[in-house]
Amino acid sequence: MSEVLLSVEGLGVQIGGLTAIADMSFTVPPAEVVSLIGPNGAGKTTAFNVITGYMRPTRGRILFEGRPIAGLAPERIAARGLVRSFQRTSVFAGCTVFENALMALHLRGRAGLLDALLPFLRARREEAALRAEAAELLDLVGLADRADLPAEALAYGEQRRLGIAMAAAAHPRLLLLDEPAAGLNPSETAECMALIRCLKERGMTVLLVEHDMAMVMRLSDRIVVLNQGRIIASGPPAAIRQDPEVIRAYLGAAHAAA
Amino acid sequence: MDQALQHLVNGTVLGGTYALLGIGLTLVFGVMRVVNFTHGELYAFGAYMTYAAVSLLGLDFYLSLALATLLGMALGAAIEFLLLRPMRRADIDSTMLVMIGAALVLQNGEMWAWGGVAKLIPNPFPGTPLVVGPVSVLPLRLFVLVVSIALLLGFWLLLDRTRIGMAMRATFQDPETAALMGVRINWVNSATFAIGSGLAAAAGALLGPVFMVSPTMGDLVGLKAFAIVILGGLGSLPGATIGGFALGFVEEFAGGFVSTEYRDAFGFLLIILILALKPQGLVPAKERIG
Amino acid sequence: MSTLLGWGFVAALAALPLLFPDPYLLAVLTSAGIFIIGAISLNLLLGYTGQLSLGHVAFFGLGAYASALATLGFDIAIGFGWRLVVAPQPVWLGFLAAIVVAGGFGWLLGRLAFRVRGAYFVIITVCFAQVLRMVALNWVELTQGPMALISIPPFSLWWPGEGWIALYRKDQNYWLVLAVAVLAFLLVRQVVRSRIGRALVALRANEPLARSVGIRVTHYLVVAAVISAGIAGAAGSLFAHYVRIVDPDVFLFIYTVTMVIMVVTGGKGTLWGPVVGGLVFGLMPDLLRGTAPPEAQWIIYGTAMILFVMFLPRGIVPALVRRPS
Repeated sequence: MSEVLLSVEGLGVQIGGLTAIADMSFTVPPAEVVSLIGPNGAGKTTAFNVITGYMRPTRGRILFEGRPIAGLAPERIAARGLVRSFQRTSVFAGCTVFENALMALHLRGRAGLLDALLPFLRARREEAALRAEAAELLDLVGLADRADLPAEALAYGEQRRLGIAMAAAAHPRLLLLDEPAAGLNPSETAECMALIRCLKERGMTVLLVEHDMAMVMRLSDRIVVLNQGRIIASGPPAAIRQDPEVIRAYLGAAHAAA
Repeated sequence: MDQALQHLVNGTVLGGTYALLGIGLTLVFGVMRVVNFTHGELYAFGAYMTYAAVSLLGLDFYLSLALATLLGMALGAAIEFLLLRPMRRADIDSTMLVMIGAALVLQNGEMWAWGGVAKLIPNPFPGTPLVVGPVSVLPLRLFVLVVSIALLLGFWLLLDRTRIGMAMRATFQDPETAALMGVRINWVNSATFAIGSGLAAAAGALLGPVFMVSPTMGDLVGLKAFAIVILGGLGSLPGATIGGFALGFVEEFAGGFVSTEYRDAFGFLLIILILALKPQGLVPAKERIG
Repeated sequence: MSTLLGWGFVAALAALPLLFPDPYLLAVLTSAGIFIIGAISLNLLLGYTGQLSLGHVAFFGLGAYASALATLGFDIAIGFGWRLVVAPQPVWLGFLAAIVVAGGFGWLLGRLAFRVRGAYFVIITVCFAQVLRMVALNWVELTQGPMALISIPPFSLWWPGEGWIALYRKDQNYWLVLAVAVLAFLLVRQVVRSRIGRALVALRANEPLARSVGIRVTHYLVVAAVISAGIAGAAGSLFAHYVRIVDPDVFLFIYTVTMVIMVVTGGKGTLWGPVVGGLVFGLMPDLLRGTAPPEAQWIIYGTAMILFVMFLPRGIVPALVRRPS
């Protein structure tokens, strides 16, 4: 295993002539929580979309476990062990919570067309195992008693938790969470933090985009700060808190000058 | 060479009416996000109304053309009011299904009203072709081309110079912003669908006297209108105009030089190839993810 | 609907020719049954993947032509002075050919059309069927064009003690169609309830999310298209050997619309939806016969489509069954 799980090298992204990301390089070591922060429009969501295959980079390299993944389709990247969560649209609407969990376990199954048509021992065993795993997953995020509800009937905070659980379902080695605490109240945010810690203990590396600074400071091993498509600082939380350029970016140039 | 020149002239005549059809469909798709399966039926409706006015009521030929176009607009406005307005919040697939249902009703309504026998519309033009050098063209076809181009110009003026035209252009480009800017969407939609339908009915009224009028005449034409719209890059009005002429030429030349039998198939093959092989150039940018 | 109720329904249908051996009734049900098989296959695409495929009749027509041509044999020029000659084959081989040819074109269309979504996908599928109709009309050497393929042999089956028997009788064809319909239903049910079906529903519900958990979009959509096309091809083969004449009109858009109406009114994305919708709209033409002109039937179909989409968009079956399946 290399020292670096994910490495982003000289990434640049242009959308319709506008520069979303100018030049970005950072690495995510295994078994850490790394946060990507920055003001709105800094390029965080774009970075997520590019790393997970939803957008193509204009230039630069993205290596996951030493192999290039830039330009691969999202499903191929997921199969390699890098899965993301979404800010919005985080569940399969019209399906029950349990079905959502089962769908998220797609990569844990192998069954193909032949197994579907002739569901003998192997296919049945796999299906039973997947169902057990789905139940366990819902247990983990405290949604076991909601299993039969339609996913869209869940409370907002519960939907967010289900979204994270689904991203983590197939035991990815790197989990990308896109603003998991957005719109949550303080107690839900605390639950969310506990969940992320729990996933880290299970051996998942986490790359986090989040606006809630308190949460970022307490969870992260390392923080990468973006502003206008460029990295302006990176390091452990204590160092970031002191960094003058970060303060300027967040509080505004005028404020810093005064 | 002479043959090519003749094809060029025929393609232009055909292309003018195709452009009318294509523009109507593109306008409706661009402004309302509706794939209008009734377009071909409105074309047939225009032809039948011309027939009714000329042959049954004994009206003047030119007056009949205008009347058919106006009736087409009225029918379009009715369809918009009854079917599309309640479906405005529905997804594009549901709207398509409703429009397919409406097309079925219209086509069979026409069949019921007029019977299956094709009708001939009498016209005041002489049946001897005008011959200019190596090229010959029937006066009626020349008239069709002139009126098509006049309608195209009129449409562009309407879009460019009038308030409703401006509102339509704004909605075409960005419906949400247009609504925020105070564009009355219901009014724009009614006008759009009525104008789109009027153009289709006008094309039918013009081509009705050239060919025959039959209840299924809208089938192929409806599909061809899709071809035109896609040739021009779905959602572009100048594109649809060019696409109309392009399909006219493709059919004329491919029909003349490659295979007469497959004349009508070329347009559809072209659509499949364009959409399947180069969709990224035609499909609008996807929504932001996340 | 419970499994028991389902098998009871099948048993009742199977017993029907013994209780009411009315040839007209059986003929009506057989035609309806062939369309129901088509609707069952369309439902896999329309209902479960959520892709509005409006070229479905292409696969039905391909199946009909493939089966008819295989059993009649043909002799065509394939360029460079070469000829492709196929001697008449047994009907079961024609049936297989229908499934393979339709499935193959399902793969091809899937590969091409699933690069795009929404209106673009719909237009490609419509045009695909239209191109095939034009080929059927104009490739006279192979298809006889508008003159139609005639004298297609009836279906034949191997029966213990009897050997090969040709199915001329109405009740025999009825049972054959019923058997294929049950097989098609079970096939779709198995697919839908498997990991594949789950992936399809996930793609329908939320494509970006489905991809993020590793579901290969194109792969699963193409798998669904191939299965769906194969079943439609089988229905086309049944049609060819039952009606025993095939002309280019099997590719008409109106037949796709008929299947779409069956699926939409019955309930897309439900196993029983196409069966219920198929029975209603498969039997309606014959209920109307004699009392209304043929145009009235299509006007009713069109109106039904409009009313269902506007007022009961999920269809009859979900409205009857409390919990959606």
